[in-house]
Amino acid sequence: MTGRSVIAAVAVLAVAAALPLLLSNYQVGLATEILIFGVLAMSIDILAGFAGRTSLGHGAIFGVSGYVVVYASAQAGLSPAAAFVFGVIAATLVAVIFGTIAVRTSGVYFLLLTLALGMIVWGICLRWTQVTGGENGLRGDVRPVLLVSHRAFYWAVLVAATVVSYAMWRFVRSPFGLTLLGIRDSESRMRSLGYNVSLHLFIGFVVSGFFAGVAGALYAMFNNFVSPSTVALAQSVEGVLMMIAGGVGTLFGGFVGAAAIIALENAVSAYTERWQTVLGVTFILIMIFAPEGIIGTLRAILTRKGR
Amino acid sequence: MDRRQFLKNSAAAFAATGVAAAPWKGALAQSGPIKIGLLAPLTGVVASGGKEMVEGVQFYLDFAKGEIAGRKVELVIEDDASNPDTALQKARRLVEQGNCHMLIGDLLANTGLAVANYVKGTGTPYFIPIIAADDLTQRQRIRNVIRVAGYSASAFTHPFGDWARKQGYKKIATISQDYTFGHEQCGGLAQVFAEGGGEIVQQFWHPLNTADFSPYLGQLADLKVDAIFAMETGADATRFIQQYASFGLKGKIPLLGAMNATDQSVIRTLGEECEGIIAAAHFAEGSDNPVTQKFTRDYEAKYSKIPSLYGFSMYSGMMWVAQAIEKLGGKVEDRDLLIDTVLKTELTGSPLGKTVKLDAYGNPIYDVQIRKVVKRADGKYWNVPIATYPNVSQFWTYDPETYMKQPPYSRSFQGIKKT
Repeated sequence: MTGRSVIAAVAVLAVAAALPLLLSNYQVGLATEILIFGVLAMSIDILAGFAGRTSLGHGAIFGVSGYVVVYASAQAGLSPAAAFVFGVIAATLVAVIFGTIAVRTSGVYFLLLTLALGMIVWGICLRWTQVTGGENGLRGDVRPVLLVSHRAFYWAVLVAATVVSYAMWRFVRSPFGLTLLGIRDSESRMRSLGYNVSLHLFIGFVVSGFFAGVAGALYAMFNNFVSPSTVALAQSVEGVLMMIAGGVGTLFGGFVGAAAIIALENAVSAYTERWQTVLGVTFILIMIFAPEGIIGTLRAILTRKGR
Repeated sequence: MDRRQFLKNSAAAFAATGVAAAPWKGALAQSGPIKIGLLAPLTGVVASGGKEMVEGVQFYLDFAKGEIAGRKVELVIEDDASNPDTALQKARRLVEQGNCHMLIGDLLANTGLAVANYVKGTGTPYFIPIIAADDLTQRQRIRNVIRVAGYSASAFTHPFGDWARKQGYKKIATISQDYTFGHEQCGGLAQVFAEGGGEIVQQFWHPLNTADFSPYLGQLADLKVDAIFAMETGADATRFIQQYASFGLKGKIPLLGAMNATDQSVIRTLGEECEGIIAAAHFAEGSDNPVTQKFTRDYEAKYSKIPSLYGFSMYSGMMWVAQAIEKLGGKVEDRDLLIDTVLKTELTGSPLGKTVKLDAYGNPIYDVQIRKVVKRADGKYWNVPIATYPNVSQFWTYDPETYMKQPPYSRSFQGIKKT
């Protein structure tokens, strides 16, 4: 890490930590949501941006973690910390299963397979009424007493997001992360160099699922509630869209994408109930004019100016 | 003064202004408008119902000239998109950013339960004229969530089961959408019908948004039952009733429906295939009660359609809350007092034409009408009462304590004792 990027990171963190002092409670809630979805988008970016595999099943992994957290604390009576750990473990296990099946494929097949796996999880959550509450979902007071206030919870999420982001950043820059990049660029070459491509992809998938699980557990604590819509395809798609809007392969673009989409959603829905249409048009515009996403485009502009 | 000291001082100064500013804000709010947050699904699967909810509220506010207890009413409408996550976010916005004094609305049980869980933490009064999930006024009651002018799902099917038994039906099969609202409505009917000596031959559960009912109708036709109970809402109800007729079952096996299956929102678009279906509900738009007749007429004049349960419930729910606010002289800022007052208020002058009060669990006690779909003089279909069960409790004739010891109705528990 260069000195300049450390300073930049510290500055961003300082601003993020100071935000709750300036914002209203509701806006602090939105900022919390942005951080959580930023982590989800980043976890998808590990696969999409670095291993060249776009997953449509991460919403399900995210949601499973949420379900387990709420179930463990509200029904099984575990402490929030234990529930959190179980949620992340459950998400990782789901990622193990998804990974085992999905890493054999690439491109559109990977997309479809992860989509199908996600739909299975959604179906289970919807129909296994005795455990998941079916359509109604599960409710409970999941948040630890200490973090009940909006601000305290925001700071806790900020700390978690910082740690997790750093871990993800280290992961993709590690020698192992570089092998993922190699697989993205040429699978056959990596194979002929002696790398076990499937194993590397599998590990990449599980690690990515672990981080999605952290995001899901935080989201469950944020909402104190989980329902099939949390594991639905729309959730996966939202994560992918946030990642794309931020910039594929930029990692931290996840936060920018999440901020852009959540802010837009809220700003626009205050004026019209047709906000989804506006969102759709915005995506089309992003794809046409900034296909590398917000961060990607900014970077390109900066390097052009630098020359 | 070093930098750290400066930071400390300015932080203290900031905090002090914040604290000092708050009472001033509160004092101003007292004279300002009453802010009511309305959550309705304006997009998504039940959007048509959501629009009628908004109409119902606005119809009341027009009637009240936009004022309650001399204070202007500011209605903030948010779309919950038929999605619990969105509903939760919108509820947060209404409470935390919009500073609404109270929330009202939501249609789907999952959205209502999500919002109910949220307001449990904030203490905001939340009124649910449509959300029917039994447990909100039974096993998992939340004090500030009040079912004004609403109903718990199994409350009307209990007497309906009794009525069906008294018609001499011995065997009934049910078909229902596979979610809690369906489980609860079927459970209410099944329990009372079975305890009365009837037999529930078979129960079919199909996913929401079923396009083709022929596999179910084929089996239903072969069961040799005396009647079929259908718990359907929205587009499913429309399709089921149409296909029931085109399968030739109409007129052969009597069709009983959940109140929502023959609601105006469904039968408005149907023809003679819906004629003769019987359902139980608190409101019957075709009642000969003059108050109901006037409401239906006025509503029809304004929106050129016969009011549905959604419009009626929101209208009456608003009326209920407004009568409580009148009693308080408009002081909606005191939440506890508002909640207590609403719980004690008896609704008068509603389209039901009869005073309604809440039971000890915050659920209204109604006269339940057994209604039949008949053709009106102008060719439109509507529900006309054929029998009445007065003052029906959500616990039917059971003792509340004992009743709540049995598990909530679900696919696996329909109130029928295993023999």
